[in-house]
Amino acid sequence: MNDSARTDFIRECRPERLIPLEQDPGQTAIGPLPQPRSRFMYKLNPPALLFETSRAGRRTEILPPSDVPSRPLDELVPAGHLAAGPPPLPELGELDVVRHYVNLSTLNMSIDSNFYPLGSCTMKYNPKRNERIAAMPGIAGLHPYQEESTLQGMLRLLFEMQEYLAEIAGLHAVSLQPAAGAQGELTALFTAAAYFRSKGERERRTKVLIPDSAHGTNPASAHLAGFETVTIKSDARGLVDYADLVNKLGDDTAVFMITNPNTVGLFDPQIGAIAQELHDRGALLYLDGANMNAILGVVRPGDMGVDLMHYNPHKTFSGPHGGGGPGAGPIAVRDFLAPFLPSPLVGKRPDGTFFLDHDRPQSIGRVRAFFGNVGVLVRAYAYIRSQGPDGLKAIARNAVLNANYLMTKVKDKYPVPHGERCMHEFVASARTLARDRGIRAMDIGKRLIDYGFHAPTVYFPLIVSEALMIEPTESESRETLDAFAHALLAIADEPEDLLHKAPISTPINRADEVKAAKQPVLKWRPA
Amino acid sequence: MAYVLHTDDDVRAMLDTVGIHSIDELFEVIPPEFRLNRPLQVPEALGELALTSHLAGLAERNQGVDSRPCFLGAGCYDHFIPAVVDQLSMRGEFYTAYTPYQPEASQGTLQAVFEYQTLIAQLTEMDVSNASLYDGGSAVAEAVLMAMTVGDRHGRVVMAGTVHPEHRQIVKTYLANLSPEIVTVPAKDGRVRASDLAQALNDETACAVLQYPNVFGELEEVEDLVKAAHDRGALAVVSVDPISLGLLRRPGSYGADIVVAEGQPLGNYLAYGGPYLGIMACREKFVRKMPGRLVGQTTDHNGKRCWVLTLQTREQHIRREKATSNICTNQGLLALRASIYLAVMGPSGLRQAAELSTRKAHYAAERLASVPGLSLAFEGPFFKEFVVRSAQDPRMVLAEVGRLGFHGGIALAELGLGPEDGILVAVTEKRTRAEIDSLVEAYRQALMKHQ
Repeated sequence: MNDSARTDFIRECRPERLIPLEQDPGQTAIGPLPQPRSRFMYKLNPPALLFETSRAGRRTEILPPSDVPSRPLDELVPAGHLAAGPPPLPELGELDVVRHYVNLSTLNMSIDSNFYPLGSCTMKYNPKRNERIAAMPGIAGLHPYQEESTLQGMLRLLFEMQEYLAEIAGLHAVSLQPAAGAQGELTALFTAAAYFRSKGERERRTKVLIPDSAHGTNPASAHLAGFETVTIKSDARGLVDYADLVNKLGDDTAVFMITNPNTVGLFDPQIGAIAQELHDRGALLYLDGANMNAILGVVRPGDMGVDLMHYNPHKTFSGPHGGGGPGAGPIAVRDFLAPFLPSPLVGKRPDGTFFLDHDRPQSIGRVRAFFGNVGVLVRAYAYIRSQGPDGLKAIARNAVLNANYLMTKVKDKYPVPHGERCMHEFVASARTLARDRGIRAMDIGKRLIDYGFHAPTVYFPLIVSEALMIEPTESESRETLDAFAHALLAIADEPEDLLHKAPISTPINRADEVKAAKQPVLKWRPA
Repeated sequence: MAYVLHTDDDVRAMLDTVGIHSIDELFEVIPPEFRLNRPLQVPEALGELALTSHLAGLAERNQGVDSRPCFLGAGCYDHFIPAVVDQLSMRGEFYTAYTPYQPEASQGTLQAVFEYQTLIAQLTEMDVSNASLYDGGSAVAEAVLMAMTVGDRHGRVVMAGTVHPEHRQIVKTYLANLSPEIVTVPAKDGRVRASDLAQALNDETACAVLQYPNVFGELEEVEDLVKAAHDRGALAVVSVDPISLGLLRRPGSYGADIVVAEGQPLGNYLAYGGPYLGIMACREKFVRKMPGRLVGQTTDHNGKRCWVLTLQTREQHIRREKATSNICTNQGLLALRASIYLAVMGPSGLRQAAELSTRKAHYAAERLASVPGLSLAFEGPFFKEFVVRSAQDPRMVLAEVGRLGFHGGIALAELGLGPEDGILVAVTEKRTRAEIDSLVEAYRQALMKHQ
């Protein structure tokens, strides 16, 4: 884009009705209004693709020449196994690569740079100290098949992590193996299936009951584990419709999967009675632990009657979200389910040494190679050790305080259909704005980006129309929450056409997602 | 308390705004009988200095690949990681962003994933790659589930006995509650014969799962095996070592339908087994059955090229129980590292890593085979990993080699594989001739000691 085109473009992005950049509304009851951005925050154009930057013959010297006796390659590997040439990867110098990725990174919003109230994802601060710890050679440089005697520090850490997670859950045994929350759900359901099989009940217990407010991973996991899913309605309060649950509960029920606090940010106080109903029928109560941040040290799932659960340590106990992962999905279970957990677990011998316990004949086997997402678990361990018992409880208390504070500030313009108060997050609805002025939840989310905030989760949970699911986490200061609240309120009064066009400050405008799905272009092709 | 910014004044003001007197009121909804009335029994909080010292103390009780030359493999390897991989992947804007649900605020991640998909397609010579799965092992299981859907065949899954045993266990766990039976084709001389594979296949077989190079490091006659699968209408799922693709034939060239790989060797730390990177690529016609996220190219409303998450109707957050998979969080950061690795290595660098690994592995194999009491187990061609048979108990020998300062190999019995006397040795480009010679000497001493 040349200079005049750029000027035109910026002018187009600055309709007169926008709040001028120079205007400072000053201190008000709800704090200063953050300035929406009406010009590009970043570089005007994203960098070219790696493949477009490639120049034949350009390279980075990294590896040394061979120091073993030279022999023709096809004496080592028969020619029939060799490719005609190396793969057609791009050819780049080191500076090409550095500049490419540095410039690319600036096109992202992230926790390190922006408030990121993405509901259900617990986007809390990712402590830098944990990163340096996870990178220590005695941690990052361990091969999973090393001899046990060379791993005693790591095995101790993982053993203690099993104990911490059992204690925080109020349950008895923990498998650290699952690689993400969704895989934790799946592993827990495999565990439940193996338990019922051991009792000769697997054939008849074919159903997993799931609230309509649940994460999509719940029904997907249940289906993968070979169960039929039955949806349980939410009642007018946004909680499990108890009558519907009791009605659908039967001798064919294997598991009820509850998220508590649930996805509308409410604690379901019926959980004790629900557990009782399930247990009376010989079924199990599973807890989706995505929202553990709200209850750390306040209430333990096991104490409420939960039989098995997964954690999302990368959320609850912090970790690099990395543009989509990695996560981890450890599961905690009651004692009678422990024999069925994946193998291996970490054990401790009477002499104080630690070992991998593979001798578990009733185990479901494995869901992942090697031990698990250890790097994620190390960070979570460091986080738990940083917090201690008081700190963990303070996390829950401050996360819940932040969510209630924010909800109080915005609920007049963004009604919250369920609950006077909330736990760690709340789900507001843009339905009146949608009905009266055609402003959708998506428009609001997109416009928030112009104010320097990542959008909340939108259109989830499905039981709230025009849902804006907002989870501030305990990390954020009052000033940030004030600024965000002010922006949300200001947006409700902004012109419709601006909101439909937003964001206007970003490297791209709204993307044509229909086109992307209709004619998928999933890789670069040479022109 | 670490990482909470509120002062006492802040908390008071916030409580006032909410209209309550204490934070406790916010938890009154929780029935009192369930509330925990004691502190959690976890150790007291540590500040950064004490925490760092504590973890450094634990780390010191491990001897990793930085303190002993590593000849361990079986799916994850001590390859060299260029400095730029760490420096760039740790940019906070990549590191602390999440799944790119908002394309306007996530073009950095989205473009990086689109490039990753392209790099993996180039590496494997396949049409399409997804944005990543958890690890190589669960990627095999996802590929099997995908193959069942693609071919609508649910009767049988055939697995080569030369596939990593943990990967086979994962498939078994994933299929335990579904219909297919699993038939495993035993290895003969470290490889699977196409005729044996053909016998195991039937008309209800969804796929044959192969590994190339296989768990013993051996190079299967992979084209014949793929053809055997296709002859019975089954898909060929092939698990590969991504470094090997700098040198060996690419799966697209021998007809693989779904390619999976453990992506750890591409710039990711060993980290005691994870987080790693599940690579998956397939033919274009199967893309709508593929698990995991996909990034596609499109334009914004001004016609500018950009990227978005696409074909999301396959995914759990839209399709719930009808989704192609339950995966949500993936391995984005590891995929980014793999991309940076491939970008900085380039075709010549990757070729060099592969060639150095294979040259050094062959040198090591030849030298080890000359040690009295050791012999090569198999006669077939191998890439960077091979099996030696030991006249003495492999565990004793390896323990002694360990005392002499090496991660010298893996007893096959530890993996649940035979031969009982086998030791699996892997050699990467990082190992020097001097280290290999010293390893050979260590084995010589170990075998003499236990004679």
